[in-house]
Amino acid sequence: MEYIVSLLVENKAGVLSRIVNLFSGRGYNIEMLNVAPTMDPLLSRMTIVTSGDERVLEQINKQLNKVIDVVKVVEYRGRPYVEREMALVKMHTDANTRAEILRIVDIFRANVVSVARDSYTIEVIGDSGKISAILNLLEPLGIKELARTGKVAMTRGE
Amino acid sequence: MRLNGANILLESLKREGVKHIFGIPGGAVINVFDELYKQKDLEFILTRREDGATFAAEGYARSTGKVGVVFVTSGPAATNTVTGIANAYMDSVPIVVFTGQVPTNLIGNDAFQEADTTGITRPCTKHNFLVKHVEDLAETIKKAFYIASTGRPGPVLIDLPKDVQVNETEFNYPKSVFIRGYNPTYHGNPRQIKKVAQIIAKAKKPLLYVGGGAISSEAHEEVYKLAKKLSIPVFTTLMGIGAFPETDELSLGMAGMHGTYRANMAIQHCDLLISIGARFDDRVTGKLSDFAPCASIVHIDIDPASISKNVKVDYPIVGDAKLILQEMLPLFDGYEDRNWEEMRKPWLEMIENWKNEHKLAYIRDEKTIKPQYVLEKLYQLTQDIYPIVASDVGQHQMWVAQFYTFTKARTHLSAGGLGPMGFGFPAALGAQVANPDRMVINITGDGSFQMSMQELATIVEFKLPVKVVILNNGFLGMVRQWQQLFFGRRYAGTDISVQPDFVKLAQSYGVDTFRLEEEKDVEEGLRKMLSCKGACVMDVRISPEENVYPMVPAGAPISHMLLV
Ligand SMILES: Cc1ncc(C[n+]2csc(CCOP(=O)(O)OP(=O)(O)O)c2C)c(N)n1
Repeated sequence: MEYIVSLLVENKAGVLSRIVNLFSGRGYNIEMLNVAPTMDPLLSRMTIVTSGDERVLEQINKQLNKVIDVVKVVEYRGRPYVEREMALVKMHTDANTRAEILRIVDIFRANVVSVARDSYTIEVIGDSGKISAILNLLEPLGIKELARTGKVAMTRGE
Repeated sequence: MRLNGANILLESLKREGVKHIFGIPGGAVINVFDELYKQKDLEFILTRREDGATFAAEGYARSTGKVGVVFVTSGPAATNTVTGIANAYMDSVPIVVFTGQVPTNLIGNDAFQEADTTGITRPCTKHNFLVKHVEDLAETIKKAFYIASTGRPGPVLIDLPKDVQVNETEFNYPKSVFIRGYNPTYHGNPRQIKKVAQIIAKAKKPLLYVGGGAISSEAHEEVYKLAKKLSIPVFTTLMGIGAFPETDELSLGMAGMHGTYRANMAIQHCDLLISIGARFDDRVTGKLSDFAPCASIVHIDIDPASISKNVKVDYPIVGDAKLILQEMLPLFDGYEDRNWEEMRKPWLEMIENWKNEHKLAYIRDEKTIKPQYVLEKLYQLTQDIYPIVASDVGQHQMWVAQFYTFTKARTHLSAGGLGPMGFGFPAALGAQVANPDRMVINITGDGSFQMSMQELATIVEFKLPVKVVILNNGFLGMVRQWQQLFFGRRYAGTDISVQPDFVKLAQSYGVDTFRLEEEKDVEEGLRKMLSCKGACVMDVRISPEENVYPMVPAGAPISHMLLV
């Protein structure tokens, strides 16, 4: 089962390594990891996508809560939330593929953010379903390079 | 008051009530040692290896509940402390380790004796700090002691670059600290406590499962009251030994891989298992899916992550065991019409039958000394003085747990979680520093003692009257036992009959010492050792292929016991 957990952590040296150590030391997976500052300069927000059964997920939560530099653990199971990820995709282009690529970009409300003689760089934002759908369509047309941010998430409402 | 970092460190320790420090100096902490030399309030105990210093600090902490303190230098000294730190982490022992570090401007340059100490110890400390500015030092020390000693206790490390020890700043020791990511829960949820009290009152075959957490939280009196009031039988884990008097009729001794038959059988038949400060370690549970098959499980623990980690818990209460039991006990006053003893009779009779079916036993043999015999005799001779007994790791550790009878908390020191050989002797030394008027005995093996015997110099230098009993079987006995039982007697790498003459070795340090080779001399030998004013090392030649029984093979249900 895929599982997203967000952490508010002290913005200090070594904190990322504490979290990553915890995952590797206890044999948990990290499928995606995103770290960025918050409005409070002393805190960072980490979003981790992991997986496991109920028991493992519960342990992950509890173990994260034990880390002294973790101020808050937010989990999304059983609560309405939004998740988004951004991907930058550099596509090979030639006379045969340009139109098709632009059509796909249009359908997915993605943007072409850079154009070169033989490539487009596309920016796409969405939930995991949308990102994998567009990548599926683009792949046969020749993806040169792909960079994804990893997910960020937030509960809906309060 | 303006002070340099080294003095801030020492002043802060005094504010924390520290009296003793264990360790070894070196270039990256030489400034601290220079200040230590100039003052008299803190006594420095020079061990002969840094793992000895950490184990000694643990013995100090385990025997008193106070925080043990270690000073060592950078690089190799810091890495030498890792085993002790990992051990303290597994057994939840409060120690604070200060390591020297190369100056901040050299960090990351592969400087002489540089090691990434905070990186190396991150997975085995409760928390650690690298102090980069002397202005942060006092507050960091306050935090370290606070974190080490509160909640689920554990080791904290502070890495101190050389320039931070030298630089000066205004010294203000904070009265308290606030760490927003660290707020242990002490009081259990009152509704849950009430509910659990009702469940306990209803149970026909309840069983108390008491671990090291009951000792850390000083809950042994409350455990005793609960057991006695409701006539509930009690078993302990290795770490819980001493939390309940083993002389009491409700005591089932220790459970698990080398536990008593009655304790393991009681687990498999109880209808309610009440765990207090224990963590369902695999050495206790055996095969998980067959553990306590008929029981609902109550789990009282200060660490939420311990709950439902291995075994699904039906009624968790997170908090301090002592406080929770104090709140729970009065709730049983509402059952005045209940005759608990009468109600418990059938259950206690079942247990009595198991007890009579298979007692802890060994076969005596006039020709050789049986280790169990030595420990029974030792108990007979010392039962009125409640000595602190530190064991090492191996068969002898299990024999101590089985055949020495413990009745008081903090008298049994054993490395349960990590199990590092070489723990016992330095732990005993540390306990002796903390308890100068108590009898402190280290029961060790010939293998384990060779991992820490350099500390003989320490007990001589600091006049620590530690008594060392080497149960010498010429083998790495515990491993040999597994080889004998499960690997066709192929004794690969476990014959350690090539060994020093421990008597001559002790003599060379100027320690009283002698050897026992026959059962008839054991009692007199023990008396002689106990009456030594100073330290004493006794080399007891025991039956070489004696095994620890009962034994549950790894991975089997705990009712599948190999017996004598
Ligand atoms: C540092 C360390 N190395 C290896 C082991 C594995 N081990 C566990 S018990 C044991 C044998 C201990 O021998 P000894 O101290 O003579 O005690 P005995 O079992 O013979 O009583 C060994 C090698 C360990 N626990 N710790």
